[in-house]
Amino acid sequence: MMMIEITINGKKVQVEKGTTILEAATANRVRIPTLCHHELLEPYGACRLCLVEVVKNGWRSLATSCNYPITGPIEVETDTEKVRSARRMVLELLLSRCDTSPRLNQLAAEYGLTESRFSLNYDDCILCGQCERVCREVVGANAITFANRGVERVVVPPFGEEAEFCIGCGACVYVCPTNAIRIQEDGDEKIIDRWSRVLKLRACSECGVEFAPDFQLRYLQQKYDLAADFFDLCRDCRAMQK
Amino acid sequence: MKKIASFQELEAYCQECVAARDPQRTVITICAGTGCQAHGCTNVVAAAQQELEKQGLVDVELKATGCHGFCEQGPLMVIHPQGVLYHKVKVDDVPEVIAKTVKGGEVIDALLYALPSTKEKIALEQDVPFYKLQKRIIFGSNGLIDPTSIDDYLAIGGYRALAKALADMTPGGVVEEVKKAGLRGRGGGGFPTGRKWESTLNVAGETKYVICNADEGDPGAYMDRSLLEGNPHSVIEGMLLGAYAVGATEGYVYVRHEYPLAVANLTIAIDVARQAGLLGERILGSNFSFDIKISRGGGAFVCGESSALIASIEGQVGEPRAKHIHMAESGLWGKPTVLNNVETWANVPVIIAKGADWFRSIGTEGSPGTKIFSLVGKVNNTGLVEVPMGISLRKIIFDIGGGIPGGRAFKAVQTGGPSGGCIPEEHLDLPVDFDELSKVGSMMGSGGMIVMDDRTCMVDVAKYFVNFLKGESCGKCTTCREGIARMYEILDKITRGEGELTDLELLEELAPVIQEGSMCGLGKTAPNPVLSTLRYFRAEYLAHINDKKCPAGVCKELIRFEIDPEACTGCHKCARVCPVEAAHGKKKEAHEIDQEKCIKCGMCYEACKFDAVKII
Repeated sequence: MMMIEITINGKKVQVEKGTTILEAATANRVRIPTLCHHELLEPYGACRLCLVEVVKNGWRSLATSCNYPITGPIEVETDTEKVRSARRMVLELLLSRCDTSPRLNQLAAEYGLTESRFSLNYDDCILCGQCERVCREVVGANAITFANRGVERVVVPPFGEEAEFCIGCGACVYVCPTNAIRIQEDGDEKIIDRWSRVLKLRACSECGVEFAPDFQLRYLQQKYDLAADFFDLCRDCRAMQK
Repeated sequence: MKKIASFQELEAYCQECVAARDPQRTVITICAGTGCQAHGCTNVVAAAQQELEKQGLVDVELKATGCHGFCEQGPLMVIHPQGVLYHKVKVDDVPEVIAKTVKGGEVIDALLYALPSTKEKIALEQDVPFYKLQKRIIFGSNGLIDPTSIDDYLAIGGYRALAKALADMTPGGVVEEVKKAGLRGRGGGGFPTGRKWESTLNVAGETKYVICNADEGDPGAYMDRSLLEGNPHSVIEGMLLGAYAVGATEGYVYVRHEYPLAVANLTIAIDVARQAGLLGERILGSNFSFDIKISRGGGAFVCGESSALIASIEGQVGEPRAKHIHMAESGLWGKPTVLNNVETWANVPVIIAKGADWFRSIGTEGSPGTKIFSLVGKVNNTGLVEVPMGISLRKIIFDIGGGIPGGRAFKAVQTGGPSGGCIPEEHLDLPVDFDELSKVGSMMGSGGMIVMDDRTCMVDVAKYFVNFLKGESCGKCTTCREGIARMYEILDKITRGEGELTDLELLEELAPVIQEGSMCGLGKTAPNPVLSTLRYFRAEYLAHINDKKCPAGVCKELIRFEIDPEACTGCHKCARVCPVEAAHGKKKEAHEIDQEKCIKCGMCYEACKFDAVKII
């Protein structure tokens, strides 16, 4: 393990080679705001909120901390006026897309922003891509994807039809920073509007309660090679049996 | 094509190719580049072939070559060895050309190019100022060879640089020579090519790649296409040298789908080179093995960006990724990779053949060599020009380009493609190289050069380029996606007469964040057109905002067309061309324009021979 000495906000710290600036900062209790980062997902660098100033070989530049691997001695500054004004502009751009997200509004307030100077083009999705990545990288379902480019970019099920590989796990709902994806249960169905996905729930063979999408249980059964009756019981009934 | 198994065999074969070409023999070259094809050269070539047979001139060779660069004047025909240049040649002209010039050695005056200023006719290609003032070390061969013939390329010294490198130079030696030559990436970034190669050479790895970026997508720029179409072997030889230098065994040419002729000619060239033993295993009997594949892109502008290009070759969506880890270490499929553009690769054989010192004697200290520019817009001689770095913009536009059509005034030149900057008249004497262009807020880019006259609105121009970039941004990162869209929105507002002074502040606040905060070059350079026009043509922005006027008479919402009754002769021309019957009047009486009906298309303005139609 190779250790490298860097400075973060003037303080010298030792980090392992390959650590990202964001990880190094977090480990040293320096907070850097992010919207598209999740520790379980590959760094993506899309939201640009985690911009910091990096001084390397005498060159000073802005860089996203989430996907910047530390490979040599650098100086990092996370709260200069330049960093703050860049982040403020990023937030102003995002706020003009989506002004209802509590998290976005709270971040904006931290940067002294009450409203955006740009006209509102409302879309509650800020295209951080966390839903797409969690579905692909963690769940492995590949049920949703990016389509189009530029301002036309959207996250959609393939061909804009029902996301037929969606297992209804809700991971995308969980990681979404703006609550743009909502999941609901209606009778024996689980519905994710955004992905046009309606899934039948399986009823527990013991108590009869509908507890999880049938499609999801079959997917997991296959993926982990589980016994055919593995998911016959709901969680409560299974706990009782044990 | 028989396989060439050693350096001696190559030398002998090259001698054969040279000997087969009698310098005194009559050769007709007809430009068959995409530009001249649009002018109908394919039929001219066919007619010439027929006519030669008909008139029994079996000894005369006919060559359909790549682009000669003088695109405005196509179809172009040159008759060697004299070098007589005929322009705008039609099928009907062909029998006369064959009978008089080819058979009789007589020059046909009507087909000669005439200087726009003095109308003086010029017979020889080499005397036409457009060619005379250029230095065509890379592009010049285009007009001499048939791109589908490897023999033609060998006859002008092709693949000798490769043989020289394999026989007498170490890989490090080739890198050293390119470094010494000071070659900088012609794709636009201007990064020192030798240094890029050196990093890849120094990275350990069994598998390494070289890639040729032929995804040229700048509106109005086509130098890479013309090189690939017209001289594909020079690009292949460049890649071979690069691969030998860094230790790569495989190469890719990433070429856009919209370049079918480039793909066709390159495919032929790769096949023939492989048959000749110049690609594949143990090239020319050495220990060096290398092969090239063609990868076709779908035509997304952002795929010209290196990391997006690599993603696209790998079969992923062509979106950029962060480049904190250099491609020299982890590029295509995670392997060490060198990526250069078409023109850069084409420079390499010349450097190895003639040496770094010779190359350095051309161009400037910081930017040695030549650069091919695509000269388009409001300029008399549109086309491709290759000039030594350091030449002034004035020389390119006025001496080579022949100045502004219709005697109008020069206003600005946009260099560097859609994300370049607009340079005003005061900087016309600027020596053109990588560093000088960025000093004035523009860039070299791939070499697009768009000339604008006084009838151009600079706010509208900025809006045009930003709109292009808005459509081509991949949309991955916030600053580029949202930022460019917002820049467009503000510019659009200003051109509609709804701008406020605070909009300029907002543009100037937004621009640096897009520049410094975006992930790839598209976003990082996108604000250039806006910032450069704000810098040099601020008064024009202010006129739109404060006076609600468009001084150039372009922005529809801010202008109206009126007819000066004094100047109007009642010729009725305006009424005839008006598509909505807004221009009307009795013949021989002053006409007028119904403002309610007028859609401000400007047809009447263009049509009026008496300057009676005014833009108010």
